[in-house]
Amino acid sequence: MYVTGICLFLCSCQHGRVKIKSTAQQEEEKRKEREKKLKAFVSARDAVLKKRSAGEHDEEALQLTRQLLSSNPDFATLWNYRREVLLHLETLREKDEVQKLYESELHFIEACLKVNPKSYGCWHHRSWVNTRLPQPDWTRELGLCDRCLSLDERNFHCWDYRRVVVKESGVSVEQELQFTDRLIGSNFSNYSSWHYRSTLLPQLHPQPAPDPAPNTSPSPTASPQIHSHRVCEEQLLKEYELAHNAFFTDPNDQSAWFYYRWLLGRAEREEMISCVYVSREKRRVSVAFSKPVHAQSEGLMLVLDGQPQQVQWRSAHPRFRHSPVWLCDLPPGSVSDISNEHNLTVHWTEKHTHRDCALYTGEMSESWCRDSATDQELFRSELSVEKSSVLQAELQSCNQLLELEPQNKWCLLTIILLMRALDPLGHEKETLAHFQTLKEVDPMRSTYYSDLCSKFLIENTILKMEYAEVRVFSLSNKNLTTLCHLDQLLLVTHINLSSNQLLRLPPQFAMLQCLEVLEADDNAIESLEGLYHLPKLEEVSLRNNQICKLSDLESLASCTKLTRLDLRGNPVHKTANIESELNQLLPLVTALSL
Amino acid sequence: MPARPPDCVKDCFPVGRAPSAGELAPDPAVPGESMLRSYSTCLYGSYYYVFFFFVAVHKFFWFAPDVLTESVIAAACSRVGQSVLHLDRRNYYAGNWASFTFNGLLSWIEEYKNQQEVQITELEQVWRSLIDEGEDAVPLSTVDSSISNLEVFCYASEEEEETKAPLTSFQPVNAETVSEETNGDSTEAQDTVTGDDATASDAKTPNEEHEVSEPKEEQHTSDISEPSQSQEEKESQLISSPADPPVEVEKKITYQKLVKEGRRFNIDLVSKLMYSRGALVDLLIKSNVSRYAEFKNIGHILTYRNGKVEQVPCSRADVFASKQLTVIEKRMLMKFLTFCLDFEQHPEEYQDCTEKPFREFLKNKKLTENLQDFILHSIAMVTQQTLTEEGLKATQHFLRCLGRYGNTPFLFPLYGLGEIPQCFCRMCAVFGGIYCLRHSVQCLVVDKAANKVKAVIDTRGQRISCSHFVVEDSYIRDEQRQSTAYRQISRAVLITDRSVLPSESDQLISLVTIPPLESSAPAVRMVELCSSSMTCMPGTYLVHLTCSSSGRAQEDLAPVVSQLFHVSTIPGEEPSEGAEERSKPAVLWVMYFNMRDTSALDSSNYSLPSNVHVCTGPDGSLCSDYSIKLAESVFHHILPDEEFCPPAPNPEDIIYDGDGPQAEGPGFDESTNTEEDKSQAEEEGAAHEKSPSTESSEPAEMDSVTQQAPSDTTPPSEE
Repeated sequence: MYVTGICLFLCSCQHGRVKIKSTAQQEEEKRKEREKKLKAFVSARDAVLKKRSAGEHDEEALQLTRQLLSSNPDFATLWNYRREVLLHLETLREKDEVQKLYESELHFIEACLKVNPKSYGCWHHRSWVNTRLPQPDWTRELGLCDRCLSLDERNFHCWDYRRVVVKESGVSVEQELQFTDRLIGSNFSNYSSWHYRSTLLPQLHPQPAPDPAPNTSPSPTASPQIHSHRVCEEQLLKEYELAHNAFFTDPNDQSAWFYYRWLLGRAEREEMISCVYVSREKRRVSVAFSKPVHAQSEGLMLVLDGQPQQVQWRSAHPRFRHSPVWLCDLPPGSVSDISNEHNLTVHWTEKHTHRDCALYTGEMSESWCRDSATDQELFRSELSVEKSSVLQAELQSCNQLLELEPQNKWCLLTIILLMRALDPLGHEKETLAHFQTLKEVDPMRSTYYSDLCSKFLIENTILKMEYAEVRVFSLSNKNLTTLCHLDQLLLVTHINLSSNQLLRLPPQFAMLQCLEVLEADDNAIESLEGLYHLPKLEEVSLRNNQICKLSDLESLASCTKLTRLDLRGNPVHKTANIESELNQLLPLVTALSL
Repeated sequence: MPARPPDCVKDCFPVGRAPSAGELAPDPAVPGESMLRSYSTCLYGSYYYVFFFFVAVHKFFWFAPDVLTESVIAAACSRVGQSVLHLDRRNYYAGNWASFTFNGLLSWIEEYKNQQEVQITELEQVWRSLIDEGEDAVPLSTVDSSISNLEVFCYASEEEEETKAPLTSFQPVNAETVSEETNGDSTEAQDTVTGDDATASDAKTPNEEHEVSEPKEEQHTSDISEPSQSQEEKESQLISSPADPPVEVEKKITYQKLVKEGRRFNIDLVSKLMYSRGALVDLLIKSNVSRYAEFKNIGHILTYRNGKVEQVPCSRADVFASKQLTVIEKRMLMKFLTFCLDFEQHPEEYQDCTEKPFREFLKNKKLTENLQDFILHSIAMVTQQTLTEEGLKATQHFLRCLGRYGNTPFLFPLYGLGEIPQCFCRMCAVFGGIYCLRHSVQCLVVDKAANKVKAVIDTRGQRISCSHFVVEDSYIRDEQRQSTAYRQISRAVLITDRSVLPSESDQLISLVTIPPLESSAPAVRMVELCSSSMTCMPGTYLVHLTCSSSGRAQEDLAPVVSQLFHVSTIPGEEPSEGAEERSKPAVLWVMYFNMRDTSALDSSNYSLPSNVHVCTGPDGSLCSDYSIKLAESVFHHILPDEEFCPPAPNPEDIIYDGDGPQAEGPGFDESTNTEEDKSQAEEEGAAHEKSPSTESSEPAEMDSVTQQAPSDTTPPSEE
């Protein structure tokens, strides 16, 4: 009898096994639960909206919105309503009670932040509450931010809110720097902290005012660059070490490399007029600036022999509102007499700077006054702030890393930049080799590297040209993919760009106001937009390019001196009646090769 | 992820932390919830048809045995519906996985020294009558010989606050003194320990320990007026030695204080950490057992080099922050570690070295001495002789565990390692496992023909049938062993006054690997637990040292202790030999012992019936993977077709047959009781005062069933 009883019992609980609800049962339960929640939410929402339209600002409204927001903190309308209610209650209560009211509000927001730490509404409301709070507790807020950031160091809502808190609570810069130390220490792949550091360091350890007698300066003239937002050298060396630690630990992490680039410095060029060129024959003045400007609004004034002139400034190409090169035509007859010497001054009133240029008597049809690129160390500007000894040491460190990590793109790129800052011409060969490696290890960005390489080659060629004191720019067979620094070529008369990979002559090409001969054979040029109003251009050779349509050649019509044009090996020759059409378009061209 | 996050994640907001929903809610199926915190031992058998008896008896006294392997097997069997009876052998908790309070440990030490083997002949009379023809009795050992060379030294000041000078003289400095003094009180100690009520024993021990370690006349005054006196002490010290900064005076911890705060300690005999991707953590997550415990991430991985404790750069953040490494070393280390992470993908890198030691491979990789040491001792944690592939695997395992719960690869359970077996016991109980405290087995009843255990005879002379018997190694008598040569682990347990490497936070658990001081000596592993790990009182650190033995534990470990800590010659003496000694933490109390490492043994080492499964004791390694793997293999041996620890359902998903939480309820209501049964039940009830009368009928009924019921899994019994 016992036996049967026991057996029955055992059967009922399946040999002691616990019975568990099936997945379907569980899901059904969950579905019902969700439905119930939804119903409750919708009815509460409707009640709140009704209250709001009725203009009721009472405790009940706070209670209702609290229920809704604690399950969905992203409901911005409810936060707005809450603010209305709070503002109303504020008028009714004593100061102590207001403090309490808002403190409980902060607690509530905290709970909402746990639901969604990236809720715009929550963070905004928190800032607002702190502005209303009679005695805000900033230390507590700072603690909250630290905790949030320790959970998610990239929560930008929190970073933003933290900035507000730090500003309001007057946390010292030292403490903030320690804060970044801590964050970087726990995970250095956090660019937010590195960047924050870069804003704190110049405040804490500013660079002392520049020495009036710069004996250490490599160039005999004072460097025309401004070094703002810089850090004193002692601290800088520590920062280099920190960055080394990061990129030696993980050379593939970009945060540290970006910070390192910032440390190496980026000089800002002084705003100045770098060149004034006058052509007697064309009665034209060309002015080059150190950076693109908008001449019409910058108060540019031309004074000829002491007489201010009413001139119309225009950029080299109508495409540009801002341009580093601006042109104007002098009134007829003002400089035509070759027996008179003329003195020309361009005033840049906005920047209190000016540049003179004298047009002497005699057969000289043109004249200019300029700072050469070599004197300005123009192309070292990206990393030129540091003393070369520091840069040399950094180059050494990077080379050490490269030995261990020959494939690392960040290292390669930084080495290239350092080499350029130290001695662009001396390191040219190594630079090119590194670019080659870069393109192999990082094929996704090979075009970027090609463009960068082109830029550096152009810079080097400009330097060589200036050392040779010629006006001929030749850069053929160098795999150029893009053209840049064309404002520096204002005075160039002959240019040879053959056997490269150029796709177009960009609008900036119109800055080459002195250009007479252009050779650009064996490229892949499709567009000639930049050959626009080049007053001296006589000869253009564009053999074996990709010019397809007659319309592509239309801009050439604006070059009034063009007489020789070579278009052999271009698809355009297939066009019907090409010769007659071209004769019609460019009647002055006498030597046309198709 | 189902695992509970480490505690650092929990307190993410300063106020109003919501309790984690339902996870820790008492489960109706687990009685005696509040008594879970206890320590006990280790015998377990898989039973059929007998378990109701024990349910009734122990409904309100649920003590958890503390042996990891056994409790995991028990939980796994119970989980898939097997009837489990988990018996506690000794009358004192001494399982080698146990966690002790400080007072409990002192009692354990005494108990340990006093235990005696009961002669078989005495026992035989008891069981003779219960053995039938064709059956044989195999007695079990009553003495745990797995611990040896136990030595205790106390360096904490014994000074009574008001009578400092005279007391110092009789303070025990060596083991002999301690044991002599404590021996005198051993009976009382036993009483305390074997008390039924855990709280009662806890409350009693502090008093008793005063007697153990102090002259009796001092005892009462100190007990009654301690707080005010310590205040006085502070003041008097301030006056007497104005040069001392007040902080140090406050820090000074006396032996009395340790005893008084003894309940704050949870001292493990075994020192292990959990790899955050190790077998144990995986099992805790898979089986949902993790809900029963909380964990703390290890904060520091340290090593001892050139006479200094240094941080081991093992994670990316550590390497970045390390001041000992040059940038080149940083790169080399990171490169090597990255390679180790998926070393199988690059066989060309290590193929030539597979037969060579790992150390040589590291040398071949052109790693500097520094880096070789870090990797070998602190990351791979292998010996000079370990072969390359094993070293690489160890490194890989370490690295894979990094970052799962923090910047180090290890977790430690709050309240000590003893928590983990208890969690499994709890799951076992949730699924119907039965636990008996101070109820042991004298011998196994073996069916000679089948060479199988068919029953056991318990210490009360009851015969209980079973189909499998799982037992810890230390219960096996030498007669059943093929060999009695064992490896040994040397252990030291220290209570110190500060961390070996103070840092911004004083609440970090540190793992310190100490390379061999001499080339012949073994590497020592040290785990320093802070008070927030709930294993020691605030202001102290609990330090565990472990190494494989070359001799007595004290001989093996004392040199390391004196290198890393200040060991005073006079108790309570302040370090005075200059700044160097002062910078070291002072040892307040230390215990050395050797523990038998039976992990190398398998079933071929025992001559036992085939359904007896021996769980070998804790091994010397840092992790518990060995025990978990053993548990899994035993489980599959017992139940080849069942899943090992499938996830436990959420409490709300369990169906209770529609009538309340006690599924077994209806089965008992219909039963009738004989008078004899009733009286027996009442006896049991009296022994455990809380047993309600309505349930007194159950044990009787089940008891009678034991004799009659045939089983569907065990061979039919003799009726």
